Amino acid sequence: MSPPVAPPGWSRWLVPPAALSVHLSIGQAYAWSVFKPPLESALGLSGTQSALPFQLGIVMLGLSAAFGGTLVERHGPRWAMTVALVCFSSGFLLSALGAAVEQYWLIVLGYGFVGGIGLGIGYISPVSTLIKWFPDRPGMATGIAIMGFGGGALIASPWSAQMLKSFGTDSSGIALAFLVHGLAYAVFMLLGVLLVRVPRPRERADGGPAALEGVQVPARGAMRTPQFWLLWVVLCMNVTAGIGILEKAAPMITDFFADTSTPVSVTAAAGFVALLSAANMAGRIGWSSTSDLIGRKNIYRVYLGVGALMYALIAMFGDSSKPLFVLCALVVLSFYGGGFATVPAYLKDLFGTYQVGAIHGRLLTAWSTAGVLGPLIVNWIADRQEEAGKHGSALYGTSFVIMIGLLVVGFVANELVRPVHPRHHLPAAPARKEATDVPRQQPESA
Amino acid sequence: MSHDSSQSPPDPPSRRPLIAFTWLWVGAPLAYGLYELVRKATQLFTG
Repeated sequence: MSPPVAPPGWSRWLVPPAALSVHLSIGQAYAWSVFKPPLESALGLSGTQSALPFQLGIVMLGLSAAFGGTLVERHGPRWAMTVALVCFSSGFLLSALGAAVEQYWLIVLGYGFVGGIGLGIGYISPVSTLIKWFPDRPGMATGIAIMGFGGGALIASPWSAQMLKSFGTDSSGIALAFLVHGLAYAVFMLLGVLLVRVPRPRERADGGPAALEGVQVPARGAMRTPQFWLLWVVLCMNVTAGIGILEKAAPMITDFFADTSTPVSVTAAAGFVALLSAANMAGRIGWSSTSDLIGRKNIYRVYLGVGALMYALIAMFGDSSKPLFVLCALVVLSFYGGGFATVPAYLKDLFGTYQVGAIHGRLLTAWSTAGVLGPLIVNWIADRQEEAGKHGSALYGTSFVIMIGLLVVGFVANELVRPVHPRHHLPAAPARKEATDVPRQQPESA
Repeated sequence: MSHDSSQSPPDPPSRRPLIAFTWLWVGAPLAYGLYELVRKATQLFTG
């Protein structure tokens, strides 16, 4: 499938909805927990077993983004979105079959393995194209798409819960819910497949494709640069710090104020978790757009430096002021989202647009690592502190000190990022096939 | 002398209706998700 080239007059404002239709769909992954209790009771599963499809899905997301990135660059966004649609939707359909015949392994295979490939390919599918359409505002453009991944769970969570309420929570009700999910997401993602276009190649005077401008580094070469690995550390540390709060948000706020005159109820804790989701989403679009104005290195200084300060404030004064606790946690979570959304633009600044999608896919292994590291630190330490007879905010003090240390490591890594050495650059050959740039004629772009 | 329209390319069609439709396509479910989120988040202050 050759990349679909935009006809004259095609508006670049049609590309973000294409990206959003994919990201809002695959973001459903974070709402998997809605299916856990019904699956446990219908199929007699433990909590660990019912988490398997989600865990395998996240592993497959990282693997397919890392190893499929070059294919995405070669075949273009429509191919990638088609693969994402087919895998994500088939995953649900296989899961529907698994639930109908009460074969749980089919749900793990369908949602986790097949659907997980759709998650990874879908996540990176629009990144490179958005950056090429919005070279003046790459942070904003990728921020819109990656905000969609956060938004996907907000939509799926109440929608799936409502569906299970209507169809029932026995195996046939779950099967029907999976079936509807598979079909509805296929239709919703189809918009992205049909809509996405790459910018027309800018032509040389003799009619051939022009070379890409500026620094261009291929994906394989990028992995040999210290810049890639420094950014890997930056992303890993930032995500670990965010997950540190996200993972235990509800019990954390309850524990912090358990011994005060204003304890936090279970309902209020659920409200706090929802507010964190809002901050996460707002950070993706807000901070990423801000990076277009103040620069990528500066925005990561804010994420990591101010993030460490927020953690320090929670550790020192969090249990004496609920507004301060909530405010600091919201800021940390907005930085967590911002870190995800800004990194494609940072990669573009360092390595150019040539294979930025593939490089981004490989960098996402930092996310997978942080996904293990963050919960491990917070849960392990909280359990040890509880065993030692501590309670309330004392359960989290050590975790917060570790998070501050990790953010400082990330801050230093960001400071060490320099422009890529010219020996890694591609030669400015006019025959470079993927040479594309923003069309000169964009009547509807602003 | 006849008018030669081939000398200037035809104007590209307006994409505004398509832009409106596609943003509505993704915006409507997102608005639903945000509405549900706000409903839940207010529990922090009322719960």
